Amino acid sequence: MSAFPLLSLVIFVPWIGALLLACLPRLRAPACRVLAMLFSLSTLGLAAAALGLYDRGSTGYQLVEDHAWIGALNVRYHLGLDGLSLVLVLLTAILAPASLVASWRQERDPRAFGLLFLLLQGSALGVFLALNFFHWFIFWELSLIPAYFLIKLWGGPGAARAAYQFVVYTMGGSAFLLLGFAAIFAATGTLDFARLAQLGADGTLAARLASLGGFWPQAVFLGVFLGFAVKVPLFPFHTWLPPAYAEAPTGVSMFLTGVMSKMGVYGFLRVLWPLFPGPLHAAAVPLLWFALGGVVLGAFAAMRQTDLKRMVAYSSVNHVSYCLLALFAVSAATGRSGLTSEAAAAALSGTLLQMFNHGLSAAALFYCIGLLEARAGGRRGIGDFGGVQTAAPVFAGLCGVAMFSSLGLPGLNGFVGEFLIFRGVWGLAPWAAATACLGLLATAIFLLTFWQRVFHGPRAGAAAGDFADAAGLDIAVLGPLVALMLVLGVLPQLMTGLFNPLITSWANHLVLP
Amino acid sequence: MRPDYAGLLSALRPEASLVLGALAVLGLDLTAFRARSLVERQRLALFVGALAVAAAGAEALLGARGPVFGGVLILDPLAVAARIGVLALTLLTLGVAWGAAPFRQPGEYVAVMLFAATGLVLMAAAQQLLVVFLALELASLSLYVLAGFDRSRPESAEAALKYFLFGGMAAAFLLFGFSLIYGVTGSIELPRIAAQIAVQGASPLLLVALVMVLVAFGFKSAAAPFHLWAPDVYQGAPAPSAALVASASKLAGFTLFTRLLWPGFGAAAGNPAAHLGGSGWLPTVALVAGASLLLGNIGALAQASLRRLLAYSAIGHAGAMLLGVMAAGRSGPAALFYYASTYGLATVGAFGVITAAERAGRCELITDLAGLHRRSPLLAACLTVFILSLAGIPPLAGFFGKLTVFAAAIGLGGIGGPAGGLALLAIALSAVALYYYLKVLKQALVAAPAAEAARIAVPRVTAAALLAAAGLIIWFGINPGELLGLF
Amino acid sequence: MSLLPWTIYVSLAGALLSLAAGSRSHSLARWTALLTAAAAWTLTLLAAARFVPGPGLQTLADCPWIPSLGVRYHLAADGISLTLLVLTGLVATAGVLFSWNIEERTGEFFSLFLILVAGVYGVFLSADALLLFAFYEIAIVPKYFLIAIWGSTNREYGAMKLALYSFAGSAAVLAGLLWAYAAGHGGGFGFAELAQAAATLSRHQQIAVFALVFFGFATLAGIFPLHTWAPTGHVAAPTAASMLLAGVVMKLGAYGCLRVALPLSPLGFAFWQPAIAWLAVIGIVYAGLVALRQEDLKFVIGYSSVSHMGFVLLGLAAANAQAVSGAVLQMFSHGVIAGLLFAVVGRMVYDRTHTRMFADLRKIPLHRLLPFAAAVFVVAGMASMGLPGFSGFPAELTILVGAWRAGPQWASVAALGVLVAAAFTLRAIHLSFFASMDGPQPTGGTHPPEQVLSLAPITLAEKAGALLLVGATVLIGLKPDLLLDWINPALQSPLLQAAFKGGAP
Repeated sequence: MSAFPLLSLVIFVPWIGALLLACLPRLRAPACRVLAMLFSLSTLGLAAAALGLYDRGSTGYQLVEDHAWIGALNVRYHLGLDGLSLVLVLLTAILAPASLVASWRQERDPRAFGLLFLLLQGSALGVFLALNFFHWFIFWELSLIPAYFLIKLWGGPGAARAAYQFVVYTMGGSAFLLLGFAAIFAATGTLDFARLAQLGADGTLAARLASLGGFWPQAVFLGVFLGFAVKVPLFPFHTWLPPAYAEAPTGVSMFLTGVMSKMGVYGFLRVLWPLFPGPLHAAAVPLLWFALGGVVLGAFAAMRQTDLKRMVAYSSVNHVSYCLLALFAVSAATGRSGLTSEAAAAALSGTLLQMFNHGLSAAALFYCIGLLEARAGGRRGIGDFGGVQTAAPVFAGLCGVAMFSSLGLPGLNGFVGEFLIFRGVWGLAPWAAATACLGLLATAIFLLTFWQRVFHGPRAGAAAGDFADAAGLDIAVLGPLVALMLVLGVLPQLMTGLFNPLITSWANHLVLP
Repeated sequence: MRPDYAGLLSALRPEASLVLGALAVLGLDLTAFRARSLVERQRLALFVGALAVAAAGAEALLGARGPVFGGVLILDPLAVAARIGVLALTLLTLGVAWGAAPFRQPGEYVAVMLFAATGLVLMAAAQQLLVVFLALELASLSLYVLAGFDRSRPESAEAALKYFLFGGMAAAFLLFGFSLIYGVTGSIELPRIAAQIAVQGASPLLLVALVMVLVAFGFKSAAAPFHLWAPDVYQGAPAPSAALVASASKLAGFTLFTRLLWPGFGAAAGNPAAHLGGSGWLPTVALVAGASLLLGNIGALAQASLRRLLAYSAIGHAGAMLLGVMAAGRSGPAALFYYASTYGLATVGAFGVITAAERAGRCELITDLAGLHRRSPLLAACLTVFILSLAGIPPLAGFFGKLTVFAAAIGLGGIGGPAGGLALLAIALSAVALYYYLKVLKQALVAAPAAEAARIAVPRVTAAALLAAAGLIIWFGINPGELLGLF
Repeated sequence: MSLLPWTIYVSLAGALLSLAAGSRSHSLARWTALLTAAAAWTLTLLAAARFVPGPGLQTLADCPWIPSLGVRYHLAADGISLTLLVLTGLVATAGVLFSWNIEERTGEFFSLFLILVAGVYGVFLSADALLLFAFYEIAIVPKYFLIAIWGSTNREYGAMKLALYSFAGSAAVLAGLLWAYAAGHGGGFGFAELAQAAATLSRHQQIAVFALVFFGFATLAGIFPLHTWAPTGHVAAPTAASMLLAGVVMKLGAYGCLRVALPLSPLGFAFWQPAIAWLAVIGIVYAGLVALRQEDLKFVIGYSSVSHMGFVLLGLAAANAQAVSGAVLQMFSHGVIAGLLFAVVGRMVYDRTHTRMFADLRKIPLHRLLPFAAAVFVVAGMASMGLPGFSGFPAELTILVGAWRAGPQWASVAALGVLVAAAFTLRAIHLSFFASMDGPQPTGGTHPPEQVLSLAPITLAEKAGALLLVGATVLIGLKPDLLLDWINPALQSPLLQAAFKGGAP
């Protein structure tokens, strides 16, 4: 057990920042922004420290903190870091400050904005680091309230309704998640993820739940599944996403798509799969279809959007569904011949990489849309622009990298993740990989269309008049993101090295002797 | 056997004090007080009367115990307690009358009140049928006069007339019943009657006699269906008279009839657990109790007049007290006595508040009480205590009265028996009762006073009487054992 | 612990003193009331500090009261009582703080309030069923007057309905208690003695006795469909009364169910268990759905109270130690949360805007004018939704765990209730504080037609009360074993164990 509570600091320093902002009502706007930025950057610093302390060779939890907390409910304060969490913590550490910088020109009540954002950041980090359901659920649910207010108070015209739908939908899923865990606690007496993973692996959990009889064991699985499915979101539980992402202000959209959607995938990987390998396997084929639905229909829906922000929102559904596609393919193939550890490892590595890479590219894309919207005085239809490349070449260059990364162009980071996923899924469920190619196709179509209509051709629409190029602030946001996209495209092992042992151990456990 | 006149006289000392007091009041009013104002004459008469009552009370407390004059009277714990209770209630009534508008003949009023008290006190101790009738008639006739005393209002005369007509008929029933009992059992003394009935068993003639007695009982206690006089008398009579009718007369009446029914006709009671088809007088009493409960509580809901509401609630309470009568055979009279005496206290208090309020304006309808908390906080506070005691809210005595009576009733035959079922009915109806009692309190404590409503000045004596009544209700509520333990 | 009976006496003394002080000056009456409430609360906290948890009731006072009926003046407490006593003290103190602005008949207000509090303390301390009943009834009359005199919407009707429903419930309880007592041939009214007496009745009679006592108490707890008095009454009540009524007095009903009804007849409980569980979960969802459609903010809160009490009743119905401990925890949690919600709605918003209808509130930019109230309402809303980090979450989790063991179908329906709670709470938060941002926005000059430029600032008393309650819900949300360590041993008592076995599937 770690003596220095590094992980607790990671989670709580942003919250301390939020508290500070709350207690200083008369702080002026510039100071508020700087303060919020400092505390947000603290995560980057602390995550870097964690990275330094991280032992890439081991597969268990590191920097563990485990203290007694609520004896009556057998709850311990348990935090831990493994490859999966490290990737996501790093993603949050990068995207959070980027989102804040993206909101730097937010005029309305920057103190409240910063306060809420820091709360959101801390909660997201908590989700990735907590290892006991009690405080994990605290972080999971607490992330909703700042998100609600961030969307509602600083969002577009339909923000109130979008925010309400978003929270109620997610809390609905959480209600069933809660029910599922209540049942799990009733059956096993523990809420600790690590312990429950053991019980899931050796079949004890399944046996204890089976004693309920009837369809209740499946109901428990379904409850936990729903909680995560809504969050990702998995088709068909995704209808809350387009309005929420579209109405949210730019910085918030970046964080939502970059980090919060990953919370759902994290839940699948950390909780649903280890605890319910059997039921997941039994349901894997229908679930594969759902994931495919997200991939294909998400991309096709994006094709049909004229609102650029909605387009990227649907594209997010598409990209995140790839992660789940890989997971469900692995689960579907478990226990059958044809499951090779290479294919499984590829699929799972692809999932983790895709999470990180999509976070970067989607956030960058949202920022670009936001910039377009700001330049055009609030319009963001695909037909409102033309020839932006001519008007703002630097911006076009940066946006282009982000777009191609999202497309999956080889040489950029997006390619590696998608390639690994496809390679893995092809080995596990070829029909699914084939169907998913449709999604790839559609993605290419809408992204290239976007590029062509907005950036190419003669200057038109908002770009016809005054269209300033990317300024310092824009480069401060896009620059690091694009740089990472380029670096990770060429050197993906920087990322994969963090979690390869973990993936390998997962894959090995799946393959039958 | 030599008749023990000395013993009789010493046992009857309370009655003697009262009579002497009445005569003294009449005499003094005729001579010494003649020249003074009506108000002064009333107050002086009340003072003398109070002295007489106090003396009677002391004598009852300290006096003889046990059978008197060969069993004509009995001074058992019930009798002594009832006598003291009646005298206390009379004293409180006199205190309440202090604040009333003076009558044209104040001396006569007090004197008749004392005569009524005499009859009531004698009723509590009577054990021989002729004495019973004598005491009952003395009390009743006095009460008729008291009811009609206010010659300025036609309602008073109407009340007196109705009371007299009903009462006279009831007396006739009673006398006829008594004569039948004598014919059947050959004795007019209750112990011997009881012995004879135990030997003879019930015969149809005896049952007829019992029914007649029950009719008289029902009238006296204002139980349905013999209750028709009650609303008019409560409404028409002057407030102090109504107070006496409602409190002391009820207590004495229930004591008398409990004694008649249980030690007297107890053998013919029938099985307490049997249902209505059973023999004996218990089923009849159960029917009357049920009818009173229903009619009283539901009738009170519709009343807009405060006094009529109190009358109907009195009918309902009579039903509950009849439950106590039914249970008295097995559990003793403690529950009934507690209920009746605390009910009397609350009723005297309620009428006392009405009396005081009438000085400052009309107090007919419930809405006339509006804003009482502002017009007189003292009256409002006391009224709250009295009404809540009637409603049966702890820690006031009314709650414990109901509790002990219901517990005794349920103990009779379990909840399935008629007494248990009636107890359940009574409990359910108490929720209905709370509604109309709260209506009264709502006017008194919540509503704002009407524009022309003036402050009510309460004379100190009346205030003392009301506070004493309220205090006793609270005291007996917190320590029910004080009264229950007497038996 | 032996100081606990003084909570009753201190409150009664304070009631008298407030009444007297009120005739002198309003300020004196307020301070008297505050000191009394705080003193009584301190006594409960002192007792809590020295409390040694154990299975049985620890006797605090015991002397004969009505020997002819076997009724004893028997006060005792265990972990469950202690939890609720601390809650009462907290909500009472906060209630006084939130009533600081009452100007009309101030002394009488605080006097009635403290009598109510004394009655509530008495119920939680009683170890004799009839004594409990007497204290329970003592609490009814002050409720009526508090609402009828100082209340708002439809107050006379609301007050009467509340009083009559409470009284009718208690009448049913009395009937049941007397029935059991009579069967025991005068054994007395202690809980164990009544249970023994009831055990001699036939099966059908036991079922009837249990029904009378349980549903009589459950009426006050707001069980569906006997709950309609609650929203009407709580909406009509003045703020402090609503806080106490929804926060504590409804718990009297649940406490009566737990302490008196459950041990009385395990057989009867086993028979009624499915019905009670279904009624509870129907209440959770139904009340939540009704809350979703309300146009008056206070009605939303009123119905949300019924919904939360449904969780308590579900916990009791599940009849295992886990669920019942969750139920008691939820009693505490909801007491605090309801107090907070009514305080914001009644005192912070209504006393300033004089309207609670969403149609009016949405025109007023309340989040700007009353930022403290907005923040507190959001926190209270989060707690009410059962968001983790606040006391509602461990309570609902524990209830769901226990309910799952008793019947997964009930737990599933209850989980739906969590979802509905999120929906109506968010709607209420939006429409009350933040809705002014929709529609024509005052962006640079255009003002809404009905201008509200400023509202009276939040007073120190309100802030103190709010912080007390928020602190309590956060504390228990993060460290629920502070209370669970008291509650769980108390559930090991033989009486409750017998009830669980008789009722456990």
